[in-house]
Amino acid sequence: MTNDSNSMLITGATLPDGTVTDLIVAGGVIAEIGRGLSSADATVIDADGLTALPGLVDLHTHLREPGFEQSETVLTGSRAAAIGGFTAVFAMANTSPVSDTAGVVEQVASLGARHGYVTVRPIGAVTVGLAGEKLSEIGAMAQSRANVGVFSDDGHCVSDALLMRRALEYVKTFDGVIAQHAQEPRLTEGAQMNEGALSGELGLAGWPAVAEESIIARDVLLAQHVGARLHICHVSTAGSVDVIRWAKARGITVTAEVTPHHLLLSEDLIRSYDTRYKVNPPLRRNEDVLALREGLADGTIDIVATDHAPHPLEAKECAWAEAANGMVGLESALSVVHAAVVESGQLDWNDVARVLSSKPAEIGRLAGYSTPFAVGNIANFTLYNAAASRTFGTEHLHGKGVNSPYLATTLPGQVIATIHDGYATVLDGVLVDAAEVASKARAYRG
Amino acid sequence: MKHLLSTRDLDRATAVGILDVAEDMADVATREVKKLPTLRGKTVINLFFEDSTRTRTSFELAAKRLSADLITFSAKGSSVSKGESLKDTAQTLAAMGADAVVIRHSASGAAQTLADSGWIDAAVLNAGDGTHEHPTQALLDAFTMRRRLHGAASRGKDLDGLRVTIVGDVLHSRVARSNVWLLNTLGATVRLVAPATLLPANTSGWPVTIGFDLDEAINDDPDVVMMLRIQAERMHAAFFPNAREYSRQWGLDGERLERLRPDTMVMHPGPMNRGLEISASAADSSRSTVLEQVANGVSIRMAVLYLLLSGDREATA
Amino acid sequence: MTARTVLQPADITRALTRISHEILESNRGGSDLVILGIPTRGVSLARRIGTILEGIEPGSGTVGSLDVTMYRDDLAGQPTRAPSPTQMPKGGIDGKTVVLVDDVLYSGRTIRAALDALGDHGRPRAVRLAVLVDRGHRQLPIRADFVGKNLPTSSDERIRVRLLETDGIEEVTIES
Repeated sequence: MTNDSNSMLITGATLPDGTVTDLIVAGGVIAEIGRGLSSADATVIDADGLTALPGLVDLHTHLREPGFEQSETVLTGSRAAAIGGFTAVFAMANTSPVSDTAGVVEQVASLGARHGYVTVRPIGAVTVGLAGEKLSEIGAMAQSRANVGVFSDDGHCVSDALLMRRALEYVKTFDGVIAQHAQEPRLTEGAQMNEGALSGELGLAGWPAVAEESIIARDVLLAQHVGARLHICHVSTAGSVDVIRWAKARGITVTAEVTPHHLLLSEDLIRSYDTRYKVNPPLRRNEDVLALREGLADGTIDIVATDHAPHPLEAKECAWAEAANGMVGLESALSVVHAAVVESGQLDWNDVARVLSSKPAEIGRLAGYSTPFAVGNIANFTLYNAAASRTFGTEHLHGKGVNSPYLATTLPGQVIATIHDGYATVLDGVLVDAAEVASKARAYRG
Repeated sequence: MKHLLSTRDLDRATAVGILDVAEDMADVATREVKKLPTLRGKTVINLFFEDSTRTRTSFELAAKRLSADLITFSAKGSSVSKGESLKDTAQTLAAMGADAVVIRHSASGAAQTLADSGWIDAAVLNAGDGTHEHPTQALLDAFTMRRRLHGAASRGKDLDGLRVTIVGDVLHSRVARSNVWLLNTLGATVRLVAPATLLPANTSGWPVTIGFDLDEAINDDPDVVMMLRIQAERMHAAFFPNAREYSRQWGLDGERLERLRPDTMVMHPGPMNRGLEISASAADSSRSTVLEQVANGVSIRMAVLYLLLSGDREATA
Repeated sequence: MTARTVLQPADITRALTRISHEILESNRGGSDLVILGIPTRGVSLARRIGTILEGIEPGSGTVGSLDVTMYRDDLAGQPTRAPSPTQMPKGGIDGKTVVLVDDVLYSGRTIRAALDALGDHGRPRAVRLAVLVDRGHRQLPIRADFVGKNLPTSSDERIRVRLLETDGIEEVTIES
């Protein structure tokens, strides 16, 4: 690792535990932590009033490249992540070609490294082509330069019970984890929104909660039976939280994630048929939102993951049934989590650091995030102005997608700076230029 | 009124007002010159993404009787079927100067999407969106009931106390939904009868009573029995075992027809599956209002077009 | 705002009686007469004229109503108006002498619309116009055949006709 040419002195930052401190970043690592620090030729970042959080890690992002570059690319997705305070993202496998071979995952990883905004860890598909029939080359992907540790057919459920069993067993060989998109396909054919009182009124086919809960129930029992790690993507119902709580109480090695939008938004918004609210799994009832918040607070749900899902305009500018599922979420995630569970006091900033950084890194076996703000750690952190408030608009989106449900709403907080591998990707609330970031990344890699 | 998207949004005064204007429109059909000059120079577009001869021609006749210019864009053989998006189609119509767009679409919410989109300035009239609403159908059904009840003295009256039973595939029926809201607003009481598989999972917010038994509903002496059409596709998705069982349990056959009062109305939005949900004897009996419903459809649609297109549209927004 | 009464109940009654006699005189009797009131108050006046005619010559008082809302030329730019009923008498109007009845004749546009509406119902032999008050300021070449009272007014004055059937009292006032 070669020296980067500028070091940084961050003054007056408030750590998650509340202590105010200075930081010196040099040579890619946190060189010093303390009060009243100085450094001769360092760039000074005044972090007075700003909350320093460890670099956020998103265990569930869709970067769309290769194959769907009209929606997003590794570059634009990485930039969206950086402005959201993220320094690492795990990129889902539903690309084209599907990320089911070493070749594709190595390509995605190397694009991420070249652009340099965030560490991109590709997720490998569980089954070839996401078709749910044969296991993909899990071993090859795990041992590739992409170092894949998370496997998911997200977008599709691994619904065949035997195949799920085999996948759970096989992945143990490589200390991997299967991340399940829990959706029983036969109960959700043509589904458009949560099945309930509102779907009946609006005339939209329902996606019943039991279709998610029954898969989770099955999979936690399978995981217990074969002694494997299981991760549940985008938990969305109160019943799912109950099942996971039950499973953890029995010592089953299951982890779970919730999206920011499921912590904040409920299905009532769909009365307008506004397609920005169409997502899979769908927005649910208020009772589900409250149960998810409690689940996150008591640790039943381990992490927050964005499920950032950009789409081109024409995929949303149509009637509800024709619209694509998905919301962009990288740029707004921290603010939404702030609004949903920090303002209420259910989570403090230490908890935020855990659910958005150290725990997702642990699940994905990403090194360097377990002890944030320790001297000698590679410098990955973000400076967040928790006191800010903004009317969220398209000017705050930096990926290709504008399908955000938060446009024209007021959200708290704003990321002011993000440091990735010792260099800044965001400064003064603005993304650092791509050429400069790429060159810093090159220098860092040596 | 800026748009007519649903009956859910209609209050009692507006709904009765529409029915009253339809009375005047119905008179036009009895004259020698069946035309009014009221909407001369206005352009109405029928935008039918779903095929429908009956509703489409009903709107055509309604527009023409008011001297409006009407053009139909229907799904087959037009750019609409070649995959042109709703947005592009709408903007093309706006560029042609449409004053009103009558839209029928297979997606629930399509009419509202069009109205809220900002792609067009015209009045939007929902002629059926997916399984969501079909407001002019409910209005013509209410008009038919009112006329049978009060005859020439219908003006100003609602349907207070009328007992209506709706039978059939409520889950997939926009006609049922529109009727439930409108009948309730007009003071009628509504009962739904269907197998549990054809009822929405959660109707707790609906102002109705629910039952699975048609004979029990008939014993309760309804004033109106409205039969909904059963589609063959539903059999393949396991909503009920087969046509025979459906017809036996929920069909309005001769025996059930006889147990209705002579003045109980038998209604059907059409098209009917004779022998499935409704027997020929029921469809052709004097209780049947099926043909009146068709005639009243033109009057109601004339009334709605008049209310949407005449007057100061900005002031009524 | 000041209001002065220009017609008392007795004046209205006398005017309608005179108009009824004038109608019979000009028609040379009561045959083939149809009296059509224009809603709202024209209908009440038409009914009264019909009753008076029946008293003079039985069988001459055939009455109906003609709503002109759908034929107005000023629908756009105003709030939507609800129409009133049109009731044509049983014998129709073909070949008949139709006497249109309205309370106030002003610009003449209502009567123009009434002539258009009438045309869609049939072909009368002749159309006459009877009004309770003619206040001048015609914008179209329309004139009344039978007038209760000529009331020259300025355009910022307002004529109010109140009848027992619709308003509970009986008077014609000018407000300025």
